Amino acid sequence: MSSSTTETATLLSAAVGGRRSLRLGTATVLVQPRGVLIGVALGLIGVVVLVLSVATGTISYTPGEVIEAILGGGEDSTQLVVQETRLPRALTALLAGGALGASGAILQSVARNPLASPDIVGFTQGAGAAAVLQIVVLGGGPTATAIAALIGGFGTAAAVYLLAHRRGSGVAGYRLLLVGIGAAAAMAAVTSYLLTRADVRDAQQAFVWLTGSLHDRTWADVRIVALALLVLLPLALVRDRGLRILEMGDDAAQALGVSVQRSRAVLLLVAVALAGAATASAGPVLFVGLAAPQIARRLARSGGPSVALATLTGAVLMALSDLIGQRAFGDTPLPVGVVTGVLGGAYLIWLLTFERRARH
Amino acid sequence: MVTVPEREARAGAPRIPLLVAAGGLLVLVAALGISVGAKSIPLADVWGYVFSPDGSDDASIVHDQRMPRTILGIAVGAALGAAGALMQGLTRNPLADPGLLGVNAGAATAIVIALVALGTTEPAAQVWFAFLGAAAASMLVYGIGAARGRSASPVRLAIAGMAVTFALLAVVAAITITHPRVFDQYRFWQVGSLAGRGTSVIEQLGPFIVAGLVLALLIARPLNALALGDDVGRGIGASVGRTRLLGAVSVTLLCGAATAAAGPIGFVGLTVPHVARSLVGPDQRWVLPVSMLFAAILLVGADVLGRVATPTGELEVGIVTAIVGAPVFIAIVRRRRVAQL
Repeated sequence: MSSSTTETATLLSAAVGGRRSLRLGTATVLVQPRGVLIGVALGLIGVVVLVLSVATGTISYTPGEVIEAILGGGEDSTQLVVQETRLPRALTALLAGGALGASGAILQSVARNPLASPDIVGFTQGAGAAAVLQIVVLGGGPTATAIAALIGGFGTAAAVYLLAHRRGSGVAGYRLLLVGIGAAAAMAAVTSYLLTRADVRDAQQAFVWLTGSLHDRTWADVRIVALALLVLLPLALVRDRGLRILEMGDDAAQALGVSVQRSRAVLLLVAVALAGAATASAGPVLFVGLAAPQIARRLARSGGPSVALATLTGAVLMALSDLIGQRAFGDTPLPVGVVTGVLGGAYLIWLLTFERRARH
Repeated sequence: MVTVPEREARAGAPRIPLLVAAGGLLVLVAALGISVGAKSIPLADVWGYVFSPDGSDDASIVHDQRMPRTILGIAVGAALGAAGALMQGLTRNPLADPGLLGVNAGAATAIVIALVALGTTEPAAQVWFAFLGAAAASMLVYGIGAARGRSASPVRLAIAGMAVTFALLAVVAAITITHPRVFDQYRFWQVGSLAGRGTSVIEQLGPFIVAGLVLALLIARPLNALALGDDVGRGIGASVGRTRLLGAVSVTLLCGAATAAAGPIGFVGLTVPHVARSLVGPDQRWVLPVSMLFAAILLVGADVLGRVATPTGELEVGIVTAIVGAPVFIAIVRRRRVAQL
């Protein structure tokens, strides 16, 4: 991004007020005092939820025992439960939630639409159709399902992007939305068809996957999402300013010197890859990608998008939901997607009802 | 007076011939709907059986099965097309489907709760649960959107609808995951189908659909004003709050009845209005009737196709509309300059 854009963006944000810009080498990060406060609070809640997830369950441990076991000390049985079962699951929840939150925040800005999610490029439905096909027809294990989901999701997203491309005008945002709607609907129909034609037990297993579940997560899942976040999140954060400008519309962004086509392509790729990593490890968890950016915006009381806050919100929403799903329903633990839907939905409704005035 | 949309629309197809052609196509598709099936009835005989039944087996097939199914298809299609156009106009959002007010999720929740708590599996009883669930959910969404005396702005409505939808879908997931038998019923309902609904469903829900369609056409003009934004709309004399409320009532009647009758069929209401706008421009007075006609054609046509697509049994209309409709929709979107909302 050219330096003139940087200056324009800084000027623009200065005009909005209440923000400080922080220069780190060539990158300028906009910092809002309230945003930082919320960010720190979310981080702390995340840590508390992580410790609670690892410490509670059929066998409970004190926080001291948990920390000891994580560091490699304590009794062997404690180490086994903490290191091999609870910690990977809790970490997958945090990381996948974060990835979905970031992905949603990027997409909602790129599409300039609060209803946008990886659905708009057909990713979720493509992943869902392929994963359900794998479960009810091929019958492979969880790894096969994850791979199928990635192939289906990225395949559909790539097809949507190419179909939305037109010589001369490139990929217009509006056309991308509409092509995505069509592709997503076709894939959803394939999923419905497979669910009705399959054996009921297979269908139900597929339905649980579609809802999003963290059952039996291992360190391999943690590594996938962690790697994705490590590589992709900085890319998105650096482009946070570009996002704010893209939100003003294609023409305004062009006038401000942002290369709309390239920015949009890179950001879309980053967002879909983040959602892909989360989907591979936890399934297409309901609603986190949609709700996290909206909740983050309202918590920060800012009109603009914040990828960082959406990431933290997504992480907390997902980890807290899994904790509730596992511990609050006795013998029949609920998959995380059920709780994210209810919790995220209810919290967003509460925020909408009591926010001081309409943001938009 | 709203004149802005009209100027843009002039570039599109001639409108009256388009309406006539669509009407003709609908009659043809309806005749096919009566003719095609496990027992095929020659197209030439359809007219005779419909208007002067002779008491033969074929005549009773036409009157007891094919006609109700075709009429239901037309009604559900028209309802979904109009509801989609209204919803996109009200929220000024191209991603808005008729279920955005929480209608589909509300219907699904009510059906699942009726299944698990009362064991209700009869369509005639399920219909009322679905309709009540749909109405309750959309009232909740509108209430949140307009909470504490604010006007229900498009973005607030959309986000409230999304939040309620996902919360309700999560409830559905929780119940179906823990009750395999309920899941077995639910998976067939959620596909969307016109099969085996019978005349009773038309009698139960027909009045709501008719009321919803009339209301939709009545608010077409003020909806045009809303397309310019709340402030401009108000400035040129439209009652923003009342239009939005009436629109929400109409969507609830239309989409609630359609979903209760045939299950959630999202694709029709989401895509047909975009096609209609690409042909007649953004004027709602044309978008609404054209969407109704096109959606009815799509739904009845897909239903006919579903009956002959597989050698054994039939494909549900919800699946066919999306599988056949999506490539067509994508081709249209690529070809034409789609009128933006």
